[in-house]
Amino acid sequence: MENEYALSMEGISKQFPGVRALSNVQLRARKGTVHALMGENGAGKSTLMKCLIGIYAPDSGTITFKGERLNITNTHYALSKGISMIHQELSPIPQMTVAENIYLGREPVTWNGLVDMGKMNRMAAELLERLHIKIKPTAKMHELSIANVQLAEIAKAVSYNSDLIIMDEPTSAITEAEVEGLFKIIRSLKAQGCAIIYISHKMDEIFKITDEVTVFRDGQYISTDATAHLTEGKLIEKMVGRTLTDMFHKETTDMGSVFLDVQNLSGKGFRNVSFQVKRGEILGLAGLMGAGRTELMEGVFGVTRTHGGTIKIKGKEVSIKSPADAIRGGMALLTEDRKLTGLYLNASVRENMFIANINRYMLGPFINFGKIEKDCEKMRGLMRIKTPSLMEIIKNLSGGNQQKVLISRWLLTEPDLLILDEPTRGIDVGAKSEIYRLMTEFVRSGKAIIMISSELPEVLGMSDRIMVMHTGDKVGELSRAEATQEKILQMATGMSLTA
Amino acid sequence: MEVTTANKAATGQQSTQMLSSIFSKYGIFLIFAAMVVGASILSPAFLSSTNLINIVRQMSIVGLIALGVTGVIVSAGIDLSSGSVVGLTAVVAASLAQSPDNTAAFYPGLHLPLIVAVLAACAVGALVGLINGSLVAKTRIPPFIATLGTYTAIRGLALLYTGGRPISDLTDAYDFIGQGDLLGVPVPIVILVVMAVVTHILYAHTKFGKYIYAIGGNEQAARVSGIDASKYKMLIYVYASFLAGLAGLVVSARIGSGQPGLGVGYELDAIAAAVIGGTSLSAGGIGTVAGTIIGALIIGVLNNILDLMNVSAYFQQIIKGCIIVGAVILDQLKQRGRK
Repeated sequence: MENEYALSMEGISKQFPGVRALSNVQLRARKGTVHALMGENGAGKSTLMKCLIGIYAPDSGTITFKGERLNITNTHYALSKGISMIHQELSPIPQMTVAENIYLGREPVTWNGLVDMGKMNRMAAELLERLHIKIKPTAKMHELSIANVQLAEIAKAVSYNSDLIIMDEPTSAITEAEVEGLFKIIRSLKAQGCAIIYISHKMDEIFKITDEVTVFRDGQYISTDATAHLTEGKLIEKMVGRTLTDMFHKETTDMGSVFLDVQNLSGKGFRNVSFQVKRGEILGLAGLMGAGRTELMEGVFGVTRTHGGTIKIKGKEVSIKSPADAIRGGMALLTEDRKLTGLYLNASVRENMFIANINRYMLGPFINFGKIEKDCEKMRGLMRIKTPSLMEIIKNLSGGNQQKVLISRWLLTEPDLLILDEPTRGIDVGAKSEIYRLMTEFVRSGKAIIMISSELPEVLGMSDRIMVMHTGDKVGELSRAEATQEKILQMATGMSLTA
Repeated sequence: MEVTTANKAATGQQSTQMLSSIFSKYGIFLIFAAMVVGASILSPAFLSSTNLINIVRQMSIVGLIALGVTGVIVSAGIDLSSGSVVGLTAVVAASLAQSPDNTAAFYPGLHLPLIVAVLAACAVGALVGLINGSLVAKTRIPPFIATLGTYTAIRGLALLYTGGRPISDLTDAYDFIGQGDLLGVPVPIVILVVMAVVTHILYAHTKFGKYIYAIGGNEQAARVSGIDASKYKMLIYVYASFLAGLAGLVVSARIGSGQPGLGVGYELDAIAAAVIGGTSLSAGGIGTVAGTIIGALIIGVLNNILDLMNVSAYFQQIIKGCIIVGAVILDQLKQRGRK
């Protein structure tokens, strides 16, 4: 017991141009435990982890790992010392296979110095088998679903046999069953004496799997407690520095006429789906990964081609061949993968906000920057976007703030129907609550929302009606009153189909 | 009833998907095969062995350069300096291989074994590559700019070295590299084949190769996997310029003279060969040696058949331009299919 802390980071500070990301924070993680690191977006969690793994160099402070003072200057060194990380927003190398991705940088070689692909595939197969992950080692990464990519990343982090594994939002894309699988892996890692730093916005996970919780707020260290001594409310209070009363702000609004009416629509990944959305309504779209929810909405929005079926907007049949048609029809789509299909990473916050909406800001041939400035500034206040200025390059913002900018973009187009695909993925509680508030205000003004979400509390809390999909089929609809977590899960797993 | 039509539509979709995936994998080989068949119908002279050997010999120089350029493009870079490297290495190698009894020689009375000239060409090439690689990996300026700089400067260096004059009257051993036969096969072709095999192994079966693809596919991911991305980026430029140096040696031996103006425009032909062969300029991490060789052959066959049919050289350029753009459109369609 002489060295019960596997890791201790003391007095760490990190300054970026214009932002003090970390000021004098600490983190101590014990051997064989899971240590949660909590805080809102921009609290400094990711920055601290990047200091630990050698992506950033801290301005001051010390890192002691397994009793040894380390000066970690690059990832390679961190890995060699036994620290590995599951990166939250890091896509892998798409053209390479799963095995190549897992053993990147540590390829086994034959006697003549060539990479031993056979051995590598066998090692990967054994690893995946041991972790009960059902992916072929020879599959190309770009062929995998988001969930499987995340599982492969988890396998990669485990494969280093590290003494400390940092898991940054490891469950953001995987299903309940797979989360259980991950927890099994975590428990066996704990039993081997491995320390785990666990970052997640999902409260139930924190209380299920972690032993201790450290909270940061605005780059400051707040507290460290045993998880057992905390309640959800108390933890949230520490994170946001105030008490959140009603998370969802749900109001029942008066339903208006049918805005969107889809009948018997088929396309890649979904078949024969019919549904309606009324003005003033939030339609929740639930289902497991691969149920075809995103595909359906991309079809409706004209991103992908559909066949058969009809789409009516305000009772009139329309032909939607491209997103431009959908936008003209009064729709807006917030995509699931904000990096890939949403953000212009190298452009400013302001640019990202008005880009979909430039026609509204034309004064003859000129762009009316004054009006843009005013509207964007209003959105910034309304959404409580944390940025030094509207001209900040968006990739410098935290994930939650990036998401808020994207939502602002679509709100500025003043759509009648807002389609939100996983609107709160990777976003902290405070920002989540604000997004829920905005959704409620939006439908109150007689507009409609379709929300795809994998988080059942969110679906139950926000939806007026819930439509459930399973492997490309619509399996049913539940009203707000009759919906429960169990019923949705039952339908989503296809069990109701037996009847 | 509805179900059956839906099913039919689904199977139809599946088979078109399979077709497109086959095409995206082997499309370039199919196109090449079709061109060969077409060419042999258009001109009976095409399939004669002299003509075929001629085609391969002509493409061997650009082919050599393209092998290295492929690696650079796979790493999400670009190398514009290779044509200038050909000019510089041609004059340096030639200056070390003039006939010893030539009184007007560049280095009068110099008599060195052939290997010195060969090594000099390779070493000078590699050195330019080291400059390119350092600029790209250390100063982090865009590869286009870095190699545009060396493209200009290295050509100047070649002109400076000889005072703008050609270096002729080379030893027979040197000329053999460009003009000789080994077992009936022209030496430039032998060199190309050997280097193609070596490069294929290097790219597809060594750690170095894997890392080039990884860096091109996602540099940040490669770095956090503990890969020293700067080092491998540097090395791929060294290898590419080494091959360009070798090409400079071969081309000067082929014409029996080291001229500082040799290789003008070769860099673009090499990039074209790589791109036609499926190396992606828009996304790193994609490209193969086999594809690049086919790409170079497609250009070679195209030029050859247009020559045989007496199509004007001006018109040939227009067709070549169209082919390059067509290849990139094909690449874009493949990328889209991937999503």
